[in-house]
Amino acid sequence: MTEQKASRKDFMNIVWGAAGVAAAVELGLVGLRFLSPRSTSGEFGGTFNMGDFNQIPAGSVTPVEAGKFYLVRLEDGGFLAIYRRCTHLGCAVPFEQSSRQFVCPCHGSKFTTEGDVQNQPATRPLDIFELTITDSGEIVVDTKNPIERNQTSPEHITYA
Amino acid sequence: MLDPVTPPTKKTGLFSRVRQSIQRGPLPPSDDRGRMKMVLNSLVLHIHPVKVSRPALKFSYTFGLGGLLMLLSAVLAVTGVLLLFVYTPSPDAAYESMIALQTEIPFGNLIRNLHHWSGNLMVVVSVLHLLRVFYTSGFTKPREFNWVMGVSLLLLIVAANFTGYLLPWDQLAYWAVTVGTSLLDYLPVIGGSMTRLLLGGSEVGAATLTNFYGLHIALIPLTIFGLVSFHIWRVRKDTITVPREIDQEIDTEKVTTIPHLVSIEFVFALVWLALLISWSVFVNAPLESAADPAHSPNPAKAAWYFMGFQELLMHFHPLFGAIIIPGLGLLGLLVIPYLDQDMETIGIWFRSAQGRLYARLSFLLGVIGTFGFVWLDEIWLDFPGWLPFLPSVISNGWVPMAFILLVLIGYYETLKAIGIKTCEARQALFTLLLASFITLTLIGIFFRGEGMALILPWS
Repeated sequence: MTEQKASRKDFMNIVWGAAGVAAAVELGLVGLRFLSPRSTSGEFGGTFNMGDFNQIPAGSVTPVEAGKFYLVRLEDGGFLAIYRRCTHLGCAVPFEQSSRQFVCPCHGSKFTTEGDVQNQPATRPLDIFELTITDSGEIVVDTKNPIERNQTSPEHITYA
Repeated sequence: MLDPVTPPTKKTGLFSRVRQSIQRGPLPPSDDRGRMKMVLNSLVLHIHPVKVSRPALKFSYTFGLGGLLMLLSAVLAVTGVLLLFVYTPSPDAAYESMIALQTEIPFGNLIRNLHHWSGNLMVVVSVLHLLRVFYTSGFTKPREFNWVMGVSLLLLIVAANFTGYLLPWDQLAYWAVTVGTSLLDYLPVIGGSMTRLLLGGSEVGAATLTNFYGLHIALIPLTIFGLVSFHIWRVRKDTITVPREIDQEIDTEKVTTIPHLVSIEFVFALVWLALLISWSVFVNAPLESAADPAHSPNPAKAAWYFMGFQELLMHFHPLFGAIIIPGLGLLGLLVIPYLDQDMETIGIWFRSAQGRLYARLSFLLGVIGTFGFVWLDEIWLDFPGWLPFLPSVISNGWVPMAFILLVLIGYYETLKAIGIKTCEARQALFTLLLASFITLTLIGIFFRGEGMALILPWS
């Protein structure tokens, strides 16, 4: 009889303990969800129309302030839209005309015009945005999602 | 009319009745018993024990570092609340609040300076406090958990400082926080979502400012308050360690907290308050131009207490520089007291004459070795170049890490082989790592110029 009473008490202890843990977990999740970032899509204002591709000289790098990217036309005529955020620690990477490189002021990473790492400490090439050339020859850059890449590849370059 | 049953008592005036209703017991207390009772019964004073060890009152033992931290917290709370009344946490208005503090608001600059310098001093003093406890074996049983709480408090103080760093919304703030939060990104699996949660988006922006503001003025200070109460309560319960010279017996003499400890604290607080205010009158907290997300300054440096980590990043793959090495360091710091078995040396600086010698030697070695390593890495070492077929997480991470671990293990084993006690060898290793972290921080702050190239600070 006393054994039964004790096990009933144990059982209730476990139930109440579990209820306490469940309440803590639920409230924790509510708090986390409450604090989650509010907007995630279309942060830099969607797509950018950069005009006729013929207007852009080969071997040029044009900064696009509002889109936080550089419109790059390589010597061979291919196009790239390179996100200006350094893949190392997030600094804004300026383009150095004299050495024709992206040089990060924060930790000295250097990137080629194609975005490839030339100098550590960055470990990945600069991110790119999706770039398309329409039938009428206009360049359109979609800045919604930066594309991360582990190495540069010809398939990242768009030709007219 | 007097009640005939009760004998007439001395009439108390209204003024003394009010006074007695506030202060329980006579004031000033007339004897030691009364003084001890007063400590016990007072809300503020009861964080002290009623009696303290006389030798522990010696200034050159604790240097009043814990007390100074309490004073700084008080200054930060008061100036922080004042600043709340003039600051608006939005990217458009934050920088204007800073300008208003400098130009319009009476004593605006003084209050901001006091807050800024007290906050930075707090980081330095908490590290010194940690070192004082470490080198006098103040963390030994039963005080291990209080050490863990102290380390947690140090992290919270750095977090408070870092979140406050963003609030002026100038170039310094914006890029230091961009760099600082990008370090988190390298944490495997959860790093990305943690960074997004902290920033409220993918880059430092309006949501980040709101988040940091909430953390800085509410969550972190409240957590610190709770943890500090616990920390000090444990100091009282575990009692403070008693200082002594090598080969000296423990002096067990105790004196009452009032007046012996309280009077020292009062004078110490007043002197430090005067120093803080004079410093803040003459030295302004830095403020650069308003934050510009398009242009990183050159060089872009993190907050000074993170410069050791930023310097590590110059030499290691980010997974190692930002996560593994600091993580191992923190882990080591947390487990140190649980490994310590030597109870004989509590209260003796550096444990013994030999301990002091090897601590000094290790410090020197740490400074020279770190300078040497940084210089070698600049002119000669190039693992990624020598091992181009390996991914950089191995060539610039595991490989140099393995070399350094071998050197450290070799050093530790050599010390033990020449007959140094385990706890002193551990103390020497700690000192070596401490010296090398301090050196990295100094190199990052003073020896890095444009493009983070190595420079001489005086040229």
